Amino acid sequence: MTLLEEPIPELARRLRRRQVSAVELARESLAQVERIDPGLGAFLRTTPELALAAAEEADRRLAADPEGSSPLCGIPLAYKDVLCTEGVETTAASQILRGFVPPYSATAVARLNALGAVPIGKVNCDEFAMGSSNENSSYQTTRNPWELDRVPGGSSGGSAVAVASRLVCAALGSDTGGSIRLPASFTGVVGYKPTYGRVSRYGLIAFASSLDQVGPLTKTVEEAALVLAAIAGPDPHDSTTLQEPVGDLLAGLEQGVRGLRLGIPREYLEVGIEAPVERVFESSVELLRGLGAEISEISLPTTEYALAAYYVIAPAEVSSNLARMDGVRFGPGAERAQSLRQAYETARHRGFGPEVRRRIALGTYALSSGYYDAYYLRAQKVRTLVAQDFAQAFEKVDAVISPTAPTAAFRLGERTADPLAMYATDILTLPANLAGVSGISVPAGFAEGLPVGLQVLGPSLGEAMCLRVARALERELEIWRQAPPLERVAA
Amino acid sequence: MSVATRVDWEAVIGLEVHAQLLTRSKMFCSCRADYLGLPPNSNTCPTCLGLPGALPVINREAVRMTIRTALALNCEIPEFTKFDRKNYFYPDLPKGYQISQYDLPLSRNGWLEVEVEGRTVRPGITRVHLEEDAGSLHHAGEIQNSPFSLVDLNRAGVPLMEIVGEPDLRSPLEARAYLTTLRQVLLYIGVNDGNMEEGSLRCDANISLRPRGSEGLGVKVEVKNMNSFRSLQRALEFELRRQSELLDAGGEVAQETRGWSEAEQRTVSQRSKEEAQEYRYFPEPDLPPLRVSREQVEEIRSQLPELPPARRARFESQYQLAPQLAGLLTARPQDSQYFEQVVGHGVSPQLAANWQSQELQGLCNAANLGVEECRVGPAALAGLLRLLEEGKISSRSAKEVLAEAFESGRDPAQLVRSKGLGLIQDPEQLGQLVEQAMARQPQAVADFQAGKTQALRSLVGLVMGMTKGQADPVLVDRLLRERLGSPQA
Ligand SMILES: [Zn+2]
Repeated sequence: MTLLEEPIPELARRLRRRQVSAVELARESLAQVERIDPGLGAFLRTTPELALAAAEEADRRLAADPEGSSPLCGIPLAYKDVLCTEGVETTAASQILRGFVPPYSATAVARLNALGAVPIGKVNCDEFAMGSSNENSSYQTTRNPWELDRVPGGSSGGSAVAVASRLVCAALGSDTGGSIRLPASFTGVVGYKPTYGRVSRYGLIAFASSLDQVGPLTKTVEEAALVLAAIAGPDPHDSTTLQEPVGDLLAGLEQGVRGLRLGIPREYLEVGIEAPVERVFESSVELLRGLGAEISEISLPTTEYALAAYYVIAPAEVSSNLARMDGVRFGPGAERAQSLRQAYETARHRGFGPEVRRRIALGTYALSSGYYDAYYLRAQKVRTLVAQDFAQAFEKVDAVISPTAPTAAFRLGERTADPLAMYATDILTLPANLAGVSGISVPAGFAEGLPVGLQVLGPSLGEAMCLRVARALERELEIWRQAPPLERVAA
Repeated sequence: MSVATRVDWEAVIGLEVHAQLLTRSKMFCSCRADYLGLPPNSNTCPTCLGLPGALPVINREAVRMTIRTALALNCEIPEFTKFDRKNYFYPDLPKGYQISQYDLPLSRNGWLEVEVEGRTVRPGITRVHLEEDAGSLHHAGEIQNSPFSLVDLNRAGVPLMEIVGEPDLRSPLEARAYLTTLRQVLLYIGVNDGNMEEGSLRCDANISLRPRGSEGLGVKVEVKNMNSFRSLQRALEFELRRQSELLDAGGEVAQETRGWSEAEQRTVSQRSKEEAQEYRYFPEPDLPPLRVSREQVEEIRSQLPELPPARRARFESQYQLAPQLAGLLTARPQDSQYFEQVVGHGVSPQLAANWQSQELQGLCNAANLGVEECRVGPAALAGLLRLLEEGKISSRSAKEVLAEAFESGRDPAQLVRSKGLGLIQDPEQLGQLVEQAMARQPQAVADFQAGKTQALRSLVGLVMGMTKGQADPVLVDRLLRERLGSPQA
């Protein structure tokens, strides 16, 4: 039993009352990582000195002004390695960024630091966040704590495992096509993808700029709301952040679903959802209906084209975003190259893994003259239609619900040989990224012993609605109280 | 045997001009836009270094300056504009793409009025758009033999305006006049410093030939590396010759990019069409499209200063200046401001114009200064010219004083006093000198009295010589005539 089992609001209470110190929490978190993580592989590196210094500072603040300090003051957190952390190596799980120490921190990280949160370390992910299983990390394998031969989901797999395994209280991830929600579903935690523009992308190593969002992975919905509230809001460094005020994300959390209209997209149930996952979904629906929600079937007709559009737009942006990884200013580079071209080719061939190279090639092709109209431009038109689908749906319903993924966590290596099967993992999550709307995955039950999530999608800036529906389910199920069976991995 | 008929080839030329904007900060970050003289890579931040995760933020001042330019060039300003990525690899381009504008530029469809050898032409402006400059590379000697290259990103991200001209220019001379006039406009509206040697103003040219009278277009060659007006004209003259010789000999012009070699005074092939870059333009996802309100456009338009053609016309009518003199005094806004300040001090416009454009400009050119930078301010010059107008100083003394004031920075009027350069106007003193002169030149006296009035001139000259030019010549003339009496008719 670890202190880190407790939700953040409870820990915040104890910190304010001096029943526990931030330094004790930080030591506990670091000890948990040392004890358990070797069997899981969530952390790429810990930052004990930074953590303890931040914890000491948090303790001083808590002592000076216990009621005025943030509930996140003194709370141990982990950051996906695509988020820049000043003075701490940041690799995006890629060899091409090995040794890269950013001189600045991502806005989301800086905001949490400013509130007194304690950075425990950087966690693993798919290389440049490209993947659905975390198997594309160029450094290490991350395992699902519920069954160690299964994937944790990706790309924010390290973030999900660190939270699910109670190594930290919360972690930040990034979601481009489901990269927060999918691993949350696979590991039994809450994962939130905010509305596009709600959280600054400054300092997030770009995968696909028009789709990326930073968001929290936590044990509970309330924790997700707390972290989201801390990182959300306009940022002068990111011109795509929304100017609308964030509002109080916690106020409506307990309002329940009575009278809310929840829509189930017909097309989402036709993607080949595995039976055990479908059963969990059906029982969630019944539960919500029992709580007074009005459930109806709706249609998002462009769903079947979304995956194809996504795999044109995202790689197109990748091919450009990753051009700066040229071996000139950071990364191992290429010594003894005979020409400039060879220097680039060597640095990039050595530095990028196969999936990243595949997407760069796809995107380069899609943007090439003669193909631009047929691929990129057409994909953008599909994207507009997907967004219109959602806009129309949200005229009829308050939120959209579905399984987060068609399956529970699959086995390590099961899909690595088949990129298309791997891409299909995100089929229920990526339309929200194309449309820019908000979405959450909340633990909904177990399919043959493996956790699966319910996805709740809200309209643009529908953060409060998503959190409210997710919280209603969470209050009934309380799955967060079940931690994965970790004693067998403990060192 | 057939006799080859020589075709009269006409040049079709369009210029692409890049101008760095005089903003405080760079295009997408808060580093300084004025990067000259700073230690390498010191004027940088995560954004202009292209570090992973860094994002661009649009410099509003650069947008305003571009709109200002576009309006001065009679362009339309669409309501919507956006930025795009131009993708290519080069070590001076840290992100691997340049943020530029592709299909929705800030402005389009303008024109510029250009005077060429007394004719007025009106070449079109295709578009004026905004982008960012690249960094600079330093090699040990020539790039081909250098064992290394150093990258300096101080310049990376400096706001760069691209002014694309229509292929409406018909000769190297017209091209040169176009660039000269365009530079003048940029200086007038204060968006660029016009420095071609430092590269803050750069020019590429597209040139093709066609038989005069034909409407078709020949194969286009792009010429780069011209860093002065003269090299632009020379490079285009060279291309005109090279291409017409090729065509006359029955050959074909290859579509390619050529560089002007100042040392060899010729263009050299750099890149063929086959090697042309594929830029994979697509909309910049990090920057939302920009809406330019009509109110903003009108506000910027209302703040446009008087532009060179209008000012030249006004100088001709208001100050009664000859066209050429009006042209000289409106070459740069600083010149015309200086002139109007001198005139404002009550000096006659013609006198002010002559002295500024000849004497002062001569001194400035020798010292490589603009009039506004020299140590003789408009008030000082006006003071000197008033002494001249009032006949209190000779023209020769005025030149001397001006040169000395230019060197020392001292006030010319004070110099006149302290050096005793004021004209001698004492009738008694001059009367004695006049009598001495008459005594020394009895022949001249006799000649005058015999009716040869030009003999008076040698007597005046003698008195002027005796006073080292300080005598008031009008007074000397009168005193001489009084003593000599009327000549015999
Ligand atoms: Zn900068």
